[in-house]
Amino acid sequence: MVAAAGETARKIRVVVAKPGLDGHDRGAKIIARALRDAGMEVIYTGLHQTPEQIVETVIQEDADAVGLSILSGAHMTLVPRIVALLHEQDVDDVVVTVGGTIPADDIPELRRLGVAEVFTPGASTQQIIDFIRTSSDRGRTPV
Amino acid sequence: MSTTPAAAHELPAMPVAEAEWRRVYGLSPERDVPFTTLSGDAIRPLYTERDLPPGIGGDEDPIGVPGAYPFTRGVYPSMYRGRLWTMRQFAGFGTAEETNARFRYLLDHGQTGLSTAFDMPSLMGHDSDHPLSLGEVGREGVAVDTVDDMETLFSGIPLGEVSVSMTINAPAAIMLAYYVVAAERTGVPATQLAGTIQTDILKEYIAQKEWCFPIDPAMRLVGDMIEWCSGHMPRWHPVSISGYHIREAGATAAQELAFTLRDGLTYVEEAVERGLDVDDFAPRLSFFFNAQIDFFEEIAKYRAARRIWAREMRERFGGKDPKSWLMRFHTQTAGVSLTAQQPLNNIIRTTVEALAGVLGGTQSLHTNSYDEALALPTEEAVRIALRTQQIIAHETGVVNTIDPLGGSYFVEALTDEMERQAYAYFAKIDELGGMVAAVKSGYPQREIADAAYELQAEIDAGRRIVVGVNRFVEGNDGDATLLLKIDPEGEQRQIAKLAANKAARDNALVASTLAELKAAALTDRNLMPLLLDAARARISEGEIVHALQEVWGDYRETPVF
Repeated sequence: MVAAAGETARKIRVVVAKPGLDGHDRGAKIIARALRDAGMEVIYTGLHQTPEQIVETVIQEDADAVGLSILSGAHMTLVPRIVALLHEQDVDDVVVTVGGTIPADDIPELRRLGVAEVFTPGASTQQIIDFIRTSSDRGRTPV
Repeated sequence: MSTTPAAAHELPAMPVAEAEWRRVYGLSPERDVPFTTLSGDAIRPLYTERDLPPGIGGDEDPIGVPGAYPFTRGVYPSMYRGRLWTMRQFAGFGTAEETNARFRYLLDHGQTGLSTAFDMPSLMGHDSDHPLSLGEVGREGVAVDTVDDMETLFSGIPLGEVSVSMTINAPAAIMLAYYVVAAERTGVPATQLAGTIQTDILKEYIAQKEWCFPIDPAMRLVGDMIEWCSGHMPRWHPVSISGYHIREAGATAAQELAFTLRDGLTYVEEAVERGLDVDDFAPRLSFFFNAQIDFFEEIAKYRAARRIWAREMRERFGGKDPKSWLMRFHTQTAGVSLTAQQPLNNIIRTTVEALAGVLGGTQSLHTNSYDEALALPTEEAVRIALRTQQIIAHETGVVNTIDPLGGSYFVEALTDEMERQAYAYFAKIDELGGMVAAVKSGYPQREIADAAYELQAEIDAGRRIVVGVNRFVEGNDGDATLLLKIDPEGEQRQIAKLAANKAARDNALVASTLAELKAAALTDRNLMPLLLDAARARISEGEIVHALQEVWGDYRETPVF
């Protein structure tokens, strides 16, 4: 993504995605709405997305960040695939976050794969907004 | 339609003592917190005789006695003095063998019924070897691909004696066919099988979001099952109309009540339109509600549900058999009320919620395990959850009298208020052209998303306190909870089992059975007998669903947030 002069006022673009088969979309929808209310451009994929579909959306929407919501326990299968697909497509400047019922034991491995942050139950929407804002800005600003 | 025609109601005069209390209270400072229910409704500082509904003691007494219309105080005359509720812990993970072992564990520890959780691929009609099943097999429930898996799941359990509940909806007709054929293989006929299958497809589109087909053919499949069961499975409940998932998705108590009952009434309409007599199937409809943390609001919700259902079934559908008027229900404590922080606190939350279910007159109960905000429950956590019910049943004394809160000024007033709000939603749904049309337009989905968002905003702003999350957070470190791990090899084992099954069957029979099923799907013919044939031919769930999708198409949601 090129951040040319004059683009600084561009809104942060976030894809909120539901990989896998679980239908628990309460959290994803609350986050999508909270990010939108915080002034971001939010694209919500809807349910039951494959890793390929999510990566395609991220690329098509020229997203700064992608939030993956998983409550089925399949995160250690789905997240590595999504990260690998992003890498294959040379998408290395998108901030990847994960939210859901993620056991503490799994978090170091997700981070090692390149996940910027993992939000577990009880995280506030403000924490998530702040994180996306800070890390996406950092990703976009040319140093 | 509501029982609160306020205009005609003459309020008793306010006693002098109450007038004096009001004066004194008006001078007393109140804490600066919102005195509202979890759903956001304002609660007054005191309820008195003047808040009771009109008509008490009359011909149309809104409270009445247990076991008599309108059943506000309970569906049976003796309630827990006659028989305790069924303690039914929901279980399912990994392969059929693993879940079978958990079932036997629960029966050995005094559980009195079984309840099956299926994994996501099974709920969505995908076989374990489907690309979308990757990483999901056996994760949130047990993987069942074929009738052979179903047979393994209940191996060694006397199906003619134990009542079995299955939480599955879009492919419910297929799973029921597997169950009937699995029992048939052990010599137990369908007529002897007792239990419940959820089958509540409307709430899938509203909240749970596990679907296979578009709404109209999905409703037809529900109708086929109700019709077939009314002739062949006298002890089976073919639909469990479920508010649980609606509530978990963020609905208020009144939304859960209104959308659930309205879904139920829609299934009744579907069956009646097929020419079934309401008394031939209504006695086997049952309900499933959430028990959230707001104690009195929940109790009022259950009491209002019984009253509304009885009235609608008697007055609107003309049910003559009093059994058709009974709103019998299962309760599960609220998963969303559990916190990942300080997880042992969840035992206390679950206890309060379970008590609300019991004081609300539930027929069966699942208590959540304290570690469920983190992972699937361990055996120890499941045992504590079951013990919670046993302590309520055998130590607390709350079962000694029926509906101990009946006549409470507050509980009766809140019951009336729940009923009023439910009818207001019914009116709105009528305007939209009925529940199927309302769901297609995304109306309940939007109402729920709004309520969920508002509640989260209150929690984030600290206006609603959640212990350990936004207050009293000391002690949040030290995550020493032992978590249940699912064996990652299980997925490969399940896929191998499915392949072995497919290799060992009569492929000509598979092809002809699927062809007949597809042809019948285009007609009005009841599909249940064909699904039983498909089960006997060892056709997998994914194959059956795929064949029907070729005829009916699949479903895509337009998400609202």
